[in-house]
Amino acid sequence: MTPPAPHPHSGCNEPLADASLIACPDCDLMQRIPAAPPGASVRCPRCDKELWRHRVDSQNRTLALSLAALVLYIIANTLPMLGLSAVGHAAETTVVGGAIQLWHDDNQIVAVLVLFAAVIAPALQIGLQLLILLGCLFERPPLWVGHLLRHQPFTQTWCMIEVMMIGVLVALTKIAEYATVIPGLALFSLGALIFVLAAMQSSFDPREVWNRVTWAEATTRPGQEAVR
Amino acid sequence: MSTRHPTALNHGLQSCRECGLLSRPAPGVVVGRCPRCDEELDFRKPDSLQRTLAYLIAASICYIPANLLPVLTTITSGSSESDTIMQGVVLLWSPTGWPLSIIVLFASVMIPSAKILALLYLVYSVKTGSLKNNQQRVKLYRMVEIIGRWSMVDVFVDTFTVALIQLQPLMSVEPGPGLLFFAAVVVLTMLAVESFDPRLIWDATSSQPIQPEKASPYA
Repeated sequence: MTPPAPHPHSGCNEPLADASLIACPDCDLMQRIPAAPPGASVRCPRCDKELWRHRVDSQNRTLALSLAALVLYIIANTLPMLGLSAVGHAAETTVVGGAIQLWHDDNQIVAVLVLFAAVIAPALQIGLQLLILLGCLFERPPLWVGHLLRHQPFTQTWCMIEVMMIGVLVALTKIAEYATVIPGLALFSLGALIFVLAAMQSSFDPREVWNRVTWAEATTRPGQEAVR
Repeated sequence: MSTRHPTALNHGLQSCRECGLLSRPAPGVVVGRCPRCDEELDFRKPDSLQRTLAYLIAASICYIPANLLPVLTTITSGSSESDTIMQGVVLLWSPTGWPLSIIVLFASVMIPSAKILALLYLVYSVKTGSLKNNQQRVKLYRMVEIIGRWSMVDVFVDTFTVALIQLQPLMSVEPGPGLLFFAAVVVLTMLAVESFDPRLIWDATSSQPIQPEKASPYA
């Protein structure tokens, strides 16, 4: 279950008896998260970091949005994004096509970066979100939900669809001087995907899942401690 | 203990940066793991300042060729022309294209350099144990974190320009050597942001005794 210990002195920390105590991730101040009305956010009194926002119906809304994101993502990556015609020549490209062209132009490292930020990271983000929500259907989400949830911020950092969209628009404007550019259906679904992804991210409440998830070190769970 | 700020560090507790659980290191354990999510725990990100500084130095070195070398080479029947990032900004400037030109100027030239300078300042202020402007400094960090990704814009612009303009033998566009360095600046600065620990900004203040009137209600 747990990976082999990388250090001879490695071991599990002991959870606190008072599980409601937390430390602010940005300034380390210990505090308790108070109850908040729906839609309100709780901020650190010292550094103003948003610690929690009371989201209404988080799981269902996130599920609906991530399914929408999945559909838009598939459209955005299978259909042509941009077409071009100039003096009898025609060309078109998809998102992946851009990365492939860079690869052939001997720029493999940048090609991989583009592919990761524009195609792989968004897929991981949507995929992880769906799997996490699926796991949350259990009353006590299994251990793997925690593992996926732990790696989700990484995909959020590197998913750069909105940045790519601006990049495509700039490229469009540049090229429009030389040739006629035909925006494809994928471009519009990418535009929609930006907003759906943003909504998906902000409707999800990781704290709620963390509070229910199965602990990695099941023996030291505070619930069982109370029984002892 | 009670006269100091109630931080996790002052109480010998570790907070998990992934799941937020607060836990106490088990006696005799050097590398603790989070009992809830199994993440490795530290009081602060390991070697935060050194790592951030190393990424920043690497990024500043790459910043020079990224701006001097061409990112795009346009080949039209017989002749070829290379453009650096700045030349791309100038080319984009037109009665209709100027808003995009400004976006690229901000994203490709100003954001990367501002990011490097801002992080250098944060590292310096933590290193010297500054007690001032904690709120502004943590805000600066959050801003750098949010805005940083936008410098990738130029990489995408060049990618899709190259992918589309393949009208051999009439005209074609190839990526230049500057593109790799520019992408490296973006990635290195993002890694620098990630390795910096904002809690360090507050540590000098947290280890000072609290003035009674400023005492936290959460103590």
